[in-house]
Amino acid sequence: MGEEVKLFGSYASPFSSRVELALKLKGVSFENIKEDLANKSALLVQYNPVHKKIPVLLHGGRPVIESLIILEYIDETWDGNHAILPKDPFERALACFWVKFIDDKVLRALWMSCRSEGEMQKNFMEQSKEYLELLENELKGNKFFGGDAIGIVDISANFIALWAIVLQEVAGISLINEEKYPILCNWIEEFLSSEVVKESLPEKEKLFAYFHAKKEVIFANKAPAY
Amino acid sequence: MAREKGVVLLDFWVSPFGQRVRIALAEKGVDYEYKEQDLFNKSEHLLKSNPVYKKIPVLLHDGKPICESLIIVQYIDEVWSDKAPLLPDEPLARANARFWADFIDKKVYECGTRLWKLKGEEQEAAKKEFVEIFKLLQGELGDRKFFGGETFGFLDLALVPFVAWFYAYETFAKFSMDEECPKIVAWAKRCMERESVSKTLSDPNKVYEFVLFLKEKFGVEY
Repeated sequence: MGEEVKLFGSYASPFSSRVELALKLKGVSFENIKEDLANKSALLVQYNPVHKKIPVLLHGGRPVIESLIILEYIDETWDGNHAILPKDPFERALACFWVKFIDDKVLRALWMSCRSEGEMQKNFMEQSKEYLELLENELKGNKFFGGDAIGIVDISANFIALWAIVLQEVAGISLINEEKYPILCNWIEEFLSSEVVKESLPEKEKLFAYFHAKKEVIFANKAPAY
Repeated sequence: MAREKGVVLLDFWVSPFGQRVRIALAEKGVDYEYKEQDLFNKSEHLLKSNPVYKKIPVLLHDGKPICESLIIVQYIDEVWSDKAPLLPDEPLARANARFWADFIDKKVYECGTRLWKLKGEEQEAAKKEFVEIFKLLQGELGDRKFFGGETFGFLDLALVPFVAWFYAYETFAKFSMDEECPKIVAWAKRCMERESVSKTLSDPNKVYEFVLFLKEKFGVEY
Protein backbone atom coordinates (compact mmCIF):
# COMPACT_ATOMS: atom_id res chain seq x y z
CA MET A 1 0.00 0.00 0.00
CA GLY A 2 1.71 3.15 -1.16
CA GLU A 3 -0.65 5.61 0.44
CA GLU A 4 0.52 8.16 2.99
CA VAL A 5 0.09 7.29 6.66
CA LYS A 6 -0.15 9.93 9.38
CA LEU A 7 -0.73 9.53 13.09
CA PHE A 8 -2.18 12.31 15.24
CA GLY A 9 -1.17 11.57 18.81
CA SER A 10 0.25 13.18 21.88
CA TYR A 11 3.49 12.62 23.76
CA ALA A 12 2.05 11.36 27.03
CA SER A 13 -0.87 9.35 25.62
CA PRO A 14 -0.85 5.56 26.00
CA PHE A 15 -3.55 5.41 23.32
CA SER A 16 -1.46 7.00 20.56
CA SER A 17 1.56 5.04 21.81
CA ARG A 18 -0.37 1.83 21.08
CA VAL A 19 -0.86 2.86 17.48
CA GLU A 20 2.80 3.89 17.12
CA LEU A 21 3.85 0.47 18.39
CA ALA A 22 1.54 -1.38 16.01
CA LEU A 23 2.75 0.61 12.98
CA LYS A 24 6.38 0.02 13.96
CA LEU A 25 5.82 -3.72 14.49
CA LYS A 26 4.40 -3.88 10.98
CA GLY A 27 7.25 -1.79 9.55
CA VAL A 28 4.90 0.88 8.20
CA SER A 29 6.41 4.34 7.64
CA PHE A 30 4.29 7.14 8.93
CA GLU A 31 4.33 10.80 9.88
CA ASN A 32 4.11 11.14 13.63
CA ILE A 33 2.20 14.31 14.50
CA LYS A 34 2.08 15.27 18.17
CA GLU A 35 -0.93 17.34 19.15
CA ASP A 36 -1.05 19.85 21.97
CA LEU A 37 -4.20 18.64 23.73
CA ALA A 38 -4.82 22.02 25.35
CA ASN A 39 -4.91 23.54 21.90
CA LYS A 40 -6.29 20.98 19.44
CA SER A 41 -5.58 21.59 15.78
CA ALA A 42 -8.37 22.27 13.30
CA LEU A 43 -7.27 19.17 11.40
CA LEU A 44 -7.82 16.91 14.42
CA VAL A 45 -11.32 18.26 14.96
CA GLN A 46 -12.04 17.81 11.25
CA TYR A 47 -10.94 14.17 11.27
CA ASN A 48 -12.59 13.23 14.55
CA PRO A 49 -15.67 15.45 14.82
CA VAL A 50 -17.57 13.04 17.09
CA HIS A 51 -15.05 12.70 19.92
CA LYS A 52 -12.37 15.30 19.01
CA LYS A 53 -9.71 13.02 20.49
CA ILE A 54 -6.39 11.49 19.59
CA PRO A 55 -5.24 9.11 18.26
CA VAL A 56 -6.41 9.53 14.71
CA LEU A 57 -4.80 7.47 11.98
CA LEU A 58 -4.93 9.01 8.55
CA HIS A 59 -4.42 6.55 5.69
CA GLY A 60 -4.45 8.11 2.24
CA GLY A 61 -6.37 11.01 3.78
CA ARG A 62 -9.04 8.76 5.33
CA PRO A 63 -9.37 8.87 9.13
CA VAL A 64 -9.63 5.88 11.46
CA ILE A 65 -10.37 6.57 15.13
CA GLU A 66 -10.38 4.84 18.54
CA SER A 67 -7.07 3.16 19.34
CA LEU A 68 -8.34 -0.44 19.43
CA ILE A 69 -10.27 -0.02 16.19
CA ILE A 70 -7.11 1.46 14.65
CA LEU A 71 -5.12 -1.59 15.81
CA GLU A 72 -7.58 -3.94 14.09
CA TYR A 73 -7.46 -1.76 10.97
CA ILE A 74 -3.66 -1.86 10.92
CA ASP A 75 -3.67 -5.64 11.29
CA GLU A 76 -6.17 -6.09 8.45
CA THR A 77 -4.55 -3.58 6.09
CA TRP A 78 -0.90 -4.60 6.54
CA ASP A 79 -1.55 -8.30 6.91
CA GLY A 80 1.76 -9.56 5.57
CA ASN A 81 3.85 -9.64 8.73
CA HIS A 82 3.69 -9.65 12.53
CA ALA A 83 0.06 -10.55 13.08
CA ILE A 84 -1.32 -8.44 15.92
CA LEU A 85 -4.47 -10.52 16.28
CA PRO A 86 -4.71 -14.33 16.25
CA LYS A 87 -6.00 -15.95 13.05
CA ASP A 88 -8.25 -18.50 14.79
CA PRO A 89 -11.74 -16.98 15.37
CA PHE A 90 -12.03 -18.21 18.96
CA GLU A 91 -8.55 -16.97 19.89
CA ARG A 92 -9.38 -13.64 18.21
CA ALA A 93 -12.60 -13.35 20.22
CA LEU A 94 -10.64 -14.05 23.41
CA ALA A 95 -8.00 -11.46 22.54
CA CYS A 96 -10.71 -8.87 21.77
CA PHE A 97 -12.38 -9.71 25.08
CA TRP A 98 -9.19 -9.05 27.08
CA VAL A 99 -8.48 -5.88 25.14
CA LYS A 100 -11.97 -4.58 25.94
CA PHE A 101 -11.57 -5.62 29.58
CA ILE A 102 -8.30 -3.71 29.84
CA ASP A 103 -9.80 -0.60 28.25
CA ASP A 104 -13.19 -0.65 29.97
CA LYS A 105 -12.14 -1.75 33.44
CA VAL A 106 -8.44 -2.03 34.21
CA LEU A 107 -7.28 1.38 32.99
CA ARG A 108 -9.97 3.22 34.89
CA ALA A 109 -9.43 1.28 38.10
CA LEU A 110 -5.67 1.85 38.02
CA TRP A 111 -6.01 5.51 37.07
CA MET A 112 -8.62 6.17 39.76
CA SER A 113 -6.57 4.31 42.38
CA CYS A 114 -3.77 6.76 41.73
CA ARG A 115 -5.88 9.88 41.67
CA SER A 116 -8.45 9.47 44.41
CA GLU A 117 -8.31 9.47 48.19
CA GLY A 118 -9.85 7.85 51.22
CA GLU A 119 -12.75 5.40 50.80
CA MET A 120 -12.93 5.97 47.04
CA GLN A 121 -9.27 5.10 46.64
CA LYS A 122 -9.70 2.01 48.79
CA ASN A 123 -12.49 0.75 46.54
CA PHE A 124 -10.59 1.38 43.34
CA MET A 125 -7.51 -0.31 44.76
CA GLU A 126 -9.57 -3.39 45.66
CA GLN A 127 -10.96 -3.43 42.14
CA SER A 128 -7.48 -3.01 40.66
CA LYS A 129 -6.15 -5.94 42.67
CA GLU A 130 -8.96 -8.15 41.37
CA TYR A 131 -8.25 -7.13 37.78
CA LEU A 132 -4.48 -7.49 38.08
CA GLU A 133 -5.00 -10.99 39.45
CA LEU A 134 -7.09 -11.85 36.38
CA LEU A 135 -4.36 -10.57 34.08
CA GLU A 136 -1.68 -12.41 36.04
CA ASN A 137 -3.62 -15.65 35.50
CA GLU A 138 -4.34 -14.90 31.85
CA LEU A 139 -0.63 -14.73 31.03
CA LYS A 140 -0.47 -18.47 31.88
CA GLY A 141 3.29 -18.23 32.35
CA ASN A 142 3.77 -17.01 28.76
CA LYS A 143 6.21 -14.30 27.87
CA PHE A 144 3.43 -12.20 26.35
CA PHE A 145 -0.38 -12.25 26.33
CA GLY A 146 0.06 -12.97 22.63
CA GLY A 147 2.21 -16.03 23.44
CA ASP A 148 5.74 -15.76 22.06
CA ALA A 149 5.23 -12.46 20.30
CA ILE A 150 3.68 -9.12 21.18
CA GLY A 151 0.02 -9.06 20.20
CA ILE A 152 -3.02 -6.82 20.59
CA VAL A 153 -3.51 -7.60 24.27
CA ASP A 154 0.11 -6.71 25.06
CA ILE A 155 -0.16 -3.50 23.04
CA SER A 156 -3.38 -2.54 24.84
CA ALA A 157 -1.78 -3.28 28.21
CA ASN A 158 0.97 -0.71 27.56
CA PHE A 159 -0.63 1.49 30.20
CA ILE A 160 0.17 -1.12 32.84
CA ALA A 161 3.82 -1.41 31.80
CA LEU A 162 4.60 2.28 32.03
CA TRP A 163 1.85 4.76 32.90
CA ALA A 164 0.46 2.79 35.85
CA ILE A 165 3.98 2.34 37.24
CA VAL A 166 4.69 6.08 36.98
CA LEU A 167 1.28 7.09 38.35
CA GLN A 168 1.55 4.80 41.36
CA GLU A 169 4.95 6.29 42.14
CA VAL A 170 3.51 9.82 41.90
CA ALA A 171 0.56 8.80 44.10
CA GLY A 172 2.82 7.01 46.57
CA ILE A 173 1.07 3.66 46.40
CA SER A 174 2.22 0.20 45.36
CA LEU A 175 -0.37 -1.74 43.36
CA ILE A 176 1.74 -3.46 40.75
CA ASN A 177 4.57 -5.20 42.55
CA GLU A 178 6.64 -8.30 42.00
CA GLU A 179 5.60 -9.91 45.24
CA LYS A 180 1.93 -10.02 44.33
CA TYR A 181 2.16 -10.31 40.55
CA PRO A 182 5.43 -11.98 39.55
CA ILE A 183 4.23 -13.12 36.12
CA LEU A 184 2.78 -9.72 35.28
CA CYS A 185 5.98 -7.98 36.39
CA ASN A 186 7.95 -10.39 34.24
CA TRP A 187 5.69 -9.45 31.35
CA ILE A 188 6.43 -5.76 32.02
CA GLU A 189 10.15 -6.49 31.84
CA GLU A 190 9.83 -8.46 28.60
CA PHE A 191 7.56 -5.84 27.05
CA LEU A 192 9.83 -2.93 27.96
CA SER A 193 12.94 -4.76 26.76
CA SER A 194 11.67 -4.84 23.18
CA GLU A 195 13.42 -2.24 21.00
CA VAL A 196 10.26 -1.49 19.04
CA VAL A 197 8.32 -0.92 22.26
CA LYS A 198 11.03 1.39 23.63
CA GLU A 199 10.82 3.51 20.47
CA SER A 200 7.08 3.98 20.83
CA LEU A 201 7.02 4.90 24.53
CA PRO A 202 7.71 8.25 26.17
CA GLU A 203 10.70 8.31 28.52
CA LYS A 204 9.82 7.22 32.06
CA GLU A 205 11.58 10.17 33.69
CA LYS A 206 9.80 12.67 31.44
CA LEU A 207 6.45 11.00 32.10
CA PHE A 208 7.10 11.06 35.85
CA ALA A 209 8.00 14.76 35.71
CA TYR A 210 4.86 15.43 33.61
CA PHE A 211 2.45 13.72 36.01
CA HIS A 212 4.22 14.98 39.09
CA ALA A 213 4.02 18.57 37.89
CA LYS A 214 0.39 18.23 36.90
CA LYS A 215 -0.53 16.29 40.05
CA GLU A 216 -2.81 18.90 41.54
CA VAL A 217 -4.46 19.83 38.25
CA ILE A 218 -5.00 16.34 36.80
CA PHE A 219 -6.01 14.79 40.08
CA ALA A 220 -8.73 17.39 40.49
CA ASN A 221 -10.27 16.59 37.10
CA LYS A 222 -12.70 13.82 36.31
CA ALA A 223 -11.17 12.37 33.15
CA PRO A 224 -7.59 11.27 32.48
CA ALA A 225 -5.78 14.09 30.70
CA TYR A 226 -3.00 12.89 28.46
CA MET B 1 -14.28 -32.34 30.98
CA ALA B 2 -16.33 -33.32 27.93
CA ARG B 3 -17.41 -30.24 26.01
CA GLU B 4 -21.06 -29.98 25.04
CA LYS B 5 -21.20 -29.94 21.23
CA GLY B 6 -23.17 -27.37 19.28
CA VAL B 7 -24.17 -23.79 19.88
CA VAL B 8 -25.75 -22.59 23.11
CA LEU B 9 -26.80 -19.03 23.95
CA LEU B 10 -27.12 -17.83 27.54
CA ASP B 11 -29.37 -14.82 27.32
CA PHE B 12 -32.17 -12.73 28.86
CA TRP B 13 -35.36 -12.25 26.86
CA VAL B 14 -35.46 -8.44 26.71
CA SER B 15 -31.73 -7.74 26.47
CA PRO B 16 -30.89 -5.72 23.36
CA PHE B 17 -27.34 -7.06 23.62
CA GLY B 18 -28.53 -10.66 23.57
CA GLN B 19 -30.85 -9.83 20.70
CA ARG B 20 -27.90 -8.70 18.59
CA VAL B 21 -26.54 -12.24 18.87
CA ARG B 22 -29.91 -13.83 18.14
CA ILE B 23 -30.31 -11.72 14.99
CA ALA B 24 -26.80 -12.68 13.83
CA LEU B 25 -27.47 -16.39 14.39
CA ALA B 26 -30.79 -16.10 12.53
CA GLU B 27 -29.18 -14.25 9.61
CA LYS B 28 -26.64 -17.05 9.34
CA GLY B 29 -29.21 -19.83 9.74
CA VAL B 30 -27.36 -21.36 12.71
CA ASP B 31 -29.18 -23.87 14.91
CA TYR B 32 -28.71 -23.20 18.59
CA GLU B 33 -30.11 -23.89 22.02
CA TYR B 34 -31.45 -20.82 23.81
CA LYS B 35 -31.10 -20.87 27.60
CA GLU B 36 -32.99 -18.10 29.39
CA GLN B 37 -31.08 -16.80 32.41
CA ASP B 38 -32.42 -15.39 35.67
CA LEU B 39 -30.34 -12.25 36.08
CA PHE B 40 -31.49 -11.73 39.65
CA ASN B 41 -30.32 -15.22 40.60
CA LYS B 42 -27.44 -16.08 38.29
CA SER B 43 -26.82 -19.73 37.44
CA GLU B 44 -23.55 -21.58 38.02
CA HIS B 45 -23.38 -22.13 34.28
CA LEU B 46 -23.46 -18.38 33.59
CA LEU B 47 -20.99 -17.56 36.34
CA LYS B 48 -18.56 -20.20 35.08
CA SER B 49 -18.96 -19.18 31.43
CA ASN B 50 -18.41 -15.48 32.08
CA PRO B 51 -16.45 -15.26 35.34
CA VAL B 52 -15.09 -11.77 34.59
CA TYR B 53 -18.37 -9.92 33.97
CA LYS B 54 -21.02 -12.49 35.01
CA LYS B 55 -23.26 -11.07 32.26
CA ILE B 56 -25.29 -12.23 29.31
CA PRO B 57 -25.10 -12.79 26.41
CA VAL B 58 -22.63 -15.66 26.37
CA LEU B 59 -22.30 -17.85 23.31
CA LEU B 60 -20.97 -21.35 23.89
CA HIS B 61 -19.61 -23.01 20.76
CA ASP B 62 -18.72 -26.65 21.42
CA GLY B 63 -18.46 -25.66 25.07
CA LYS B 64 -16.09 -22.72 24.54
CA PRO B 65 -17.54 -19.45 25.84
CA ILE B 66 -17.45 -16.17 23.94
CA CYS B 67 -18.56 -13.02 25.76
CA GLU B 68 -19.49 -9.42 24.89
CA SER B 69 -22.22 -9.06 22.26
CA LEU B 70 -20.24 -7.31 19.52
CA ILE B 71 -17.32 -9.71 19.94
CA ILE B 72 -19.78 -12.62 19.70
CA VAL B 73 -21.33 -11.17 16.52
CA GLN B 74 -17.89 -10.82 14.91
CA TYR B 75 -17.06 -14.39 15.92
CA ILE B 76 -20.31 -15.63 14.34
CA ASP B 77 -19.50 -13.67 11.17
CA GLU B 78 -16.05 -15.28 10.95
CA VAL B 79 -17.07 -18.85 11.72
CA TRP B 80 -20.21 -18.96 9.57
CA SER B 81 -18.66 -16.95 6.78
CA ASP B 82 -20.42 -18.76 3.94
CA LYS B 83 -23.68 -16.88 4.35
CA ALA B 84 -25.00 -13.34 4.99
CA PRO B 85 -21.74 -11.41 5.64
CA LEU B 86 -22.29 -8.97 8.48
CA LEU B 87 -19.12 -6.88 8.50
CA PRO B 88 -18.02 -5.27 5.21
CA ASP B 89 -14.97 -6.65 3.39
CA GLU B 90 -12.91 -3.53 3.19
CA PRO B 91 -10.78 -2.59 6.26
CA LEU B 92 -11.82 1.09 6.30
CA ALA B 93 -15.52 0.23 6.09
CA ARG B 94 -15.01 -2.35 8.87
CA ALA B 95 -13.27 0.25 11.05
CA ASN B 96 -16.15 2.66 10.45
CA ALA B 97 -18.75 0.02 11.36
CA ARG B 98 -16.81 -0.87 14.53
CA PHE B 99 -16.50 2.81 15.47
CA TRP B 100 -20.25 3.43 15.29
CA ALA B 101 -21.05 0.13 17.02
CA ASP B 102 -18.68 1.18 19.81
CA PHE B 103 -20.40 4.59 19.91
CA ILE B 104 -23.78 2.88 20.26
CA ASP B 105 -22.41 0.68 23.04
CA LYS B 106 -21.04 3.60 25.00
CA LYS B 107 -24.02 5.90 24.61
CA VAL B 108 -27.45 4.46 23.80
CA TYR B 109 -28.33 2.11 26.68
CA GLU B 110 -26.84 4.29 29.42
CA CYS B 111 -28.58 7.43 28.16
CA GLY B 112 -31.82 5.50 27.63
CA THR B 113 -31.69 4.28 31.21
CA ARG B 114 -31.50 7.86 32.45
CA LEU B 115 -34.68 8.63 30.49
CA TRP B 116 -36.76 6.40 32.75
CA LYS B 117 -34.75 6.64 35.96
CA LEU B 118 -34.59 10.41 36.29
CA LYS B 119 -37.10 13.21 36.49
CA GLY B 120 -37.31 16.96 35.93
CA GLU B 121 -34.22 18.78 34.65
CA GLU B 122 -32.03 15.67 34.68
CA GLN B 123 -34.54 13.82 32.53
CA GLU B 124 -34.74 16.78 30.14
CA ALA B 125 -30.97 16.75 29.80
CA ALA B 126 -31.00 13.01 29.14
CA LYS B 127 -33.71 13.47 26.52
CA LYS B 128 -31.66 16.15 24.75
CA GLU B 129 -28.61 13.89 24.79
CA PHE B 130 -30.60 10.88 23.54
CA VAL B 131 -31.95 12.83 20.57
CA GLU B 132 -28.44 14.16 19.80
CA ILE B 133 -27.06 10.61 19.79
CA PHE B 134 -29.70 9.46 17.34
CA LYS B 135 -29.33 12.56 15.17
CA LEU B 136 -25.65 11.66 14.81
CA LEU B 137 -26.59 8.11 13.89
CA GLN B 138 -29.19 9.47 11.47
CA GLY B 139 -26.42 11.53 9.86
CA GLU B 140 -24.29 8.43 9.50
CA LEU B 141 -27.19 6.54 7.88
CA GLY B 142 -27.80 9.33 5.38
CA ASP B 143 -30.12 8.30 2.60
CA ARG B 144 -29.04 4.68 2.57
CA LYS B 145 -31.38 1.75 3.01
CA PHE B 146 -29.28 0.32 5.84
CA PHE B 147 -26.13 1.36 7.71
CA GLY B 148 -24.50 -1.45 5.73
CA GLY B 149 -25.62 0.18 2.45
CA GLU B 150 -27.94 -1.94 0.34
CA THR B 151 -27.63 -4.88 2.69
CA PHE B 152 -28.43 -5.31 6.37
CA GLY B 153 -25.19 -5.66 8.33
CA PHE B 154 -23.21 -5.38 11.55
CA LEU B 155 -24.09 -1.81 12.42
CA ASP B 156 -27.79 -2.32 11.68
CA LEU B 157 -27.91 -5.27 14.00
CA ALA B 158 -25.91 -3.46 16.66
CA LEU B 159 -28.56 -0.72 16.82
CA VAL B 160 -31.90 -2.26 15.91
CA PRO B 161 -32.71 -4.04 19.22
CA PHE B 162 -32.87 -0.63 20.94
CA VAL B 163 -35.77 0.32 18.67
CA ALA B 164 -38.03 -1.90 20.79
CA TRP B 165 -37.24 0.42 23.71
CA PHE B 166 -38.33 3.62 21.90
CA TYR B 167 -41.95 3.31 23.07
CA ALA B 168 -40.88 3.06 26.71
CA TYR B 169 -38.40 5.94 26.40
CA GLU B 170 -40.92 8.13 24.53
CA THR B 171 -43.62 7.48 27.10
CA PHE B 172 -41.50 8.20 30.16
CA ALA B 173 -39.62 11.19 28.76
CA LYS B 174 -42.49 12.52 26.65
CA PHE B 175 -41.10 12.89 23.17
CA SER B 176 -41.49 11.27 19.76
CA MET B 177 -38.68 9.54 17.87
CA ASP B 178 -40.79 9.83 14.72
CA GLU B 179 -40.71 13.63 15.10
CA GLU B 180 -37.09 13.90 16.21
CA CYS B 181 -35.42 11.29 13.99
CA PRO B 182 -37.80 10.24 11.21
CA LYS B 183 -35.06 8.59 9.12
CA ILE B 184 -34.14 6.31 12.01
CA VAL B 185 -37.79 5.31 12.43
CA ALA B 186 -38.04 4.63 8.68
CA TRP B 187 -34.83 2.58 8.83
CA ALA B 188 -36.23 0.63 11.78
CA LYS B 189 -39.35 -0.25 9.76
CA ARG B 190 -37.17 -1.57 6.94
CA CYS B 191 -35.20 -3.69 9.40
CA MET B 192 -38.43 -5.12 10.83
CA GLU B 193 -39.26 -6.46 7.34
CA ARG B 194 -36.49 -8.99 7.95
CA GLU B 195 -37.63 -12.11 9.75
CA SER B 196 -34.39 -12.28 11.77
CA VAL B 197 -35.28 -8.89 13.28
CA SER B 198 -39.07 -9.13 13.60
CA LYS B 199 -38.88 -12.52 15.29
CA THR B 200 -36.17 -11.38 17.71
CA LEU B 201 -37.11 -7.91 18.91
CA SER B 202 -39.28 -7.67 21.99
CA ASP B 203 -42.79 -6.30 21.74
CA PRO B 204 -42.47 -2.60 22.74
CA ASN B 205 -45.39 -3.00 25.19
CA LYS B 206 -43.56 -5.82 26.93
CA VAL B 207 -40.42 -3.66 27.12
CA TYR B 208 -42.51 -0.89 28.68
CA GLU B 209 -43.87 -3.34 31.26
CA PHE B 210 -40.34 -4.52 31.98
CA VAL B 211 -39.17 -0.94 32.58
CA LEU B 212 -42.12 -0.46 34.96
CA PHE B 213 -40.95 -3.57 36.78
CA LEU B 214 -37.42 -2.16 37.00
CA LYS B 215 -38.69 1.17 38.27
CA GLU B 216 -40.56 -0.59 41.04
CA LYS B 217 -37.64 -2.85 41.86
CA PHE B 218 -35.18 0.02 42.07
CA GLY B 219 -37.62 2.28 43.86
CA VAL B 220 -37.88 4.83 41.09
CA GLU B 221 -40.97 7.02 41.23
CA TYR B 222 -43.50 6.80 38.46
